[in-house]
Amino acid sequence: MGGYIAKRLLSAIPVLMGITVIVFSIMALIPGDPATAILGSYATPENVAELNRDLGLDRPAPVRYFIWLGNMLQGDFGRSFSLNRPVIDEVLDRFSATLVLAGTSFVLCALLGILAGVVSAARQYGLADKAITFAVLLGISIPSFFLGMMMILFFAVRLQWLPVSGMYAIYGGGGLVDLLRHLAMPAIALSVVATGVIARLSRSAMLEVLRQDFIRTARAKGVGERRVIWRHALRAAMVSIIPVLGIQAGFVLSGAVYIEIVFQWPGVGRMLVDAILTRDILLVQGGVVFVAACYVMFNIAVDVAQSLLDPRIRT
Amino acid sequence: MRLMNWTRRGMLGVATGIAMTMGTGLPAAAETPPGVLVVGQIAEPKALDPAAVTAVNDFRILMNVYDGLVRYKSGTLEVEPALAESWEISDDGTVYTFDLREGVTFHNGSPFNAEAVKFNFDRMLNEDHPYHDTGPFPLAFFFSAVEKVEVVDDMTVRFTLNAPYAPFLSNLAYPTGLIVSPAAVKQYGKEFGRHPSGTGPFRFVEWRSNEAVVVEKNPDYWEGAPALDAVVFRPITDANTRTAEMLAGGIDLMVEVPPVSLSEFQNTDDYTVHEQAGPHVWFLILNTKEGPFADKRVRQAANYAVNKQAIVDDVLEGTAEVAAGPTPPAFAWAHNDALEPYPYDPEKARELIAAAGAEGAELTFYVTEGGSGMLDPVAMGTAIQADLEAVGFDVKIETYEWNTFLGEVNPGLEGKADMAEMAWMTNDPDTLPFLTLRTEAWPEAGGFNSGYYSNPEVDRLLEEARVATDQARRAELYKKMQVIVHEDAPWVFVANWKQNAVTSDKVENFQLEPSFFLLLDDVVKN
Repeated sequence: MGGYIAKRLLSAIPVLMGITVIVFSIMALIPGDPATAILGSYATPENVAELNRDLGLDRPAPVRYFIWLGNMLQGDFGRSFSLNRPVIDEVLDRFSATLVLAGTSFVLCALLGILAGVVSAARQYGLADKAITFAVLLGISIPSFFLGMMMILFFAVRLQWLPVSGMYAIYGGGGLVDLLRHLAMPAIALSVVATGVIARLSRSAMLEVLRQDFIRTARAKGVGERRVIWRHALRAAMVSIIPVLGIQAGFVLSGAVYIEIVFQWPGVGRMLVDAILTRDILLVQGGVVFVAACYVMFNIAVDVAQSLLDPRIRT
Repeated sequence: MRLMNWTRRGMLGVATGIAMTMGTGLPAAAETPPGVLVVGQIAEPKALDPAAVTAVNDFRILMNVYDGLVRYKSGTLEVEPALAESWEISDDGTVYTFDLREGVTFHNGSPFNAEAVKFNFDRMLNEDHPYHDTGPFPLAFFFSAVEKVEVVDDMTVRFTLNAPYAPFLSNLAYPTGLIVSPAAVKQYGKEFGRHPSGTGPFRFVEWRSNEAVVVEKNPDYWEGAPALDAVVFRPITDANTRTAEMLAGGIDLMVEVPPVSLSEFQNTDDYTVHEQAGPHVWFLILNTKEGPFADKRVRQAANYAVNKQAIVDDVLEGTAEVAAGPTPPAFAWAHNDALEPYPYDPEKARELIAAAGAEGAELTFYVTEGGSGMLDPVAMGTAIQADLEAVGFDVKIETYEWNTFLGEVNPGLEGKADMAEMAWMTNDPDTLPFLTLRTEAWPEAGGFNSGYYSNPEVDRLLEEARVATDQARRAELYKKMQVIVHEDAPWVFVANWKQNAVTSDKVENFQLEPSFFLLLDDVVKN
């Protein structure tokens, strides 16, 4: 087991190196530079050149890449020029907000998705199955940002039950209840599509397993239906559900960008959008590398979890 | 069946739990206390160092925390005393001597004096200054005419310019000229932008990244303490979310209301919609060097062909007015009121095009997706395309993201395009024409005349206006310039934006300024 984990960790290094090259190249190749973004209407060639020199952007790209990489390996992600603070401080602040949102959404969609899938499969073609299948189809078809805006209009503007946006109340905020009130709508809006996908795949995985011989054997032995479904069938189906969870975690993380904008959640997705628009090169690069590294680690964790359930994978 | 029973009960339990935590058991959306004004801003500020920022969004906070030597008189773009009580200008227009206001202190307790003024400008302009590294200072060129700043005595400071420069006072009133506390810069260095200290009506309390900037009443303000106890600036980048926050009571004042949302706030006593024309002009740069627009008749035809009133009414929902010429009417003293916008006259346009032999000319039109002051550029571009095609042009739109767009347009349109959208907001009637209409301002000379307009008479008028210190003389020169430019039509003059804002019924004494700054010292929140 330890060898397997070590092997997976080693294979992550070239992936991360590749990511640094890609994100650096994209930022170097896209038109428009930070000085133009800062100066706006006042971006004369002369002013742009001077500001770029002040920002250290007048050196050749490969030189800048290796300086950046070298600094990063020593834990220095540089300084965001548009926010005028260290990149790593900003990324950590914002990533923790995203983690709260995406983490809650992920737990929601995993629990509800698997639950709905299992119920659907256990009652195939029954009323519950049909209702769930319909709801799932609806959920998959609604863009999350649209659902988010509709939820704001209904629950925050019309009914005034929940705050419109932000993570904490501006006045008298803080604390778990305040956080949950702000979290409810974005977390649900973000989880809907993934819940649908997970529910569909859990349903088919369960149906596949329920047709197998060992289930018939269990039932023949007189094991209770509840135990057959939750202990025997679900455990077997998890082997094919877990990789889907891993992929959906990625979708939830990337979908957070839209939701963070609609709900003004102070997360890393919104930060990256702002940073791209202002051409805040170091912030984009640092943010992308950090998020990518987390995602790679999460995928390794998923693979390890899967190999624990199914030892055949550990090769 | 047991499975379903358990599930139903479980789901009911979870649902009840959620409802109890989030729902009716608690007070609805948090109401802010009286005396505290929550402002919905369009973005997170970059920094609270006036010398280091360029965005109107940041200026809205800064103008309430800092003062300049001079400021714009309320409701106008004319300069009046602020931290300087009076000043003298030498006859040749190159030496400005300011008498400073006595007894003013910065929020951190350090005194405001001539040394502090000198420190501010040296920090920005002198590369050898020990605190020049707290920059970069992208708008330092506003003061590039300043040769030296000298302390005459404790309360007198003298600026010497390398040549007469009429917009100097107006630039001092711009946020780039706001005075920061030297002691705070020395204390925080590069972090000063997050620990601001000025002399303004409000002093900085805290900055919660991407949530809020909070400022509180400065009880010792030299002009008397403001009425509000505190102001909270919240960044809400999405315009729909900003509107929803306003409707739900999460903010008391909202700036830059999207035209489509205005109807939510009109015709109700719960909200007040404020409007104010500002120093903004939205226009099309025409390539006067090559192609059909090299002919003045075709440029005039384009001005006749575009239905500006329809754009202003239908696309912008009345949030702008039709522009007559290159100078916005907000510069009341310099604007030529005799100038009328080109009327919408497609017949006349066709005649002019026929006379120039430009029927069916193909035009490449650069459009941006959005950007500072660009309003609704894609919809406006499409409407303009339709109007120009109606008089026989064949218009091809190329759309670019804002920064890419600037990178294409600013170096000049030659060989690439016949026309491009553009908008400017400036603080002095000198800035825009000087940077965009002179022959010396062609892109290769470092200016923004991307359409290569050239008229020696316009050049002469603008250069003379820049060095004239008498305002009446300047006004006369600018008015002449506008008549010539209107006739030459190097641009299609489209719109002057009216800035808007919405306040809730708890807010009193609020008014928008033509400078587009947000001044809150007289505002009351019940």
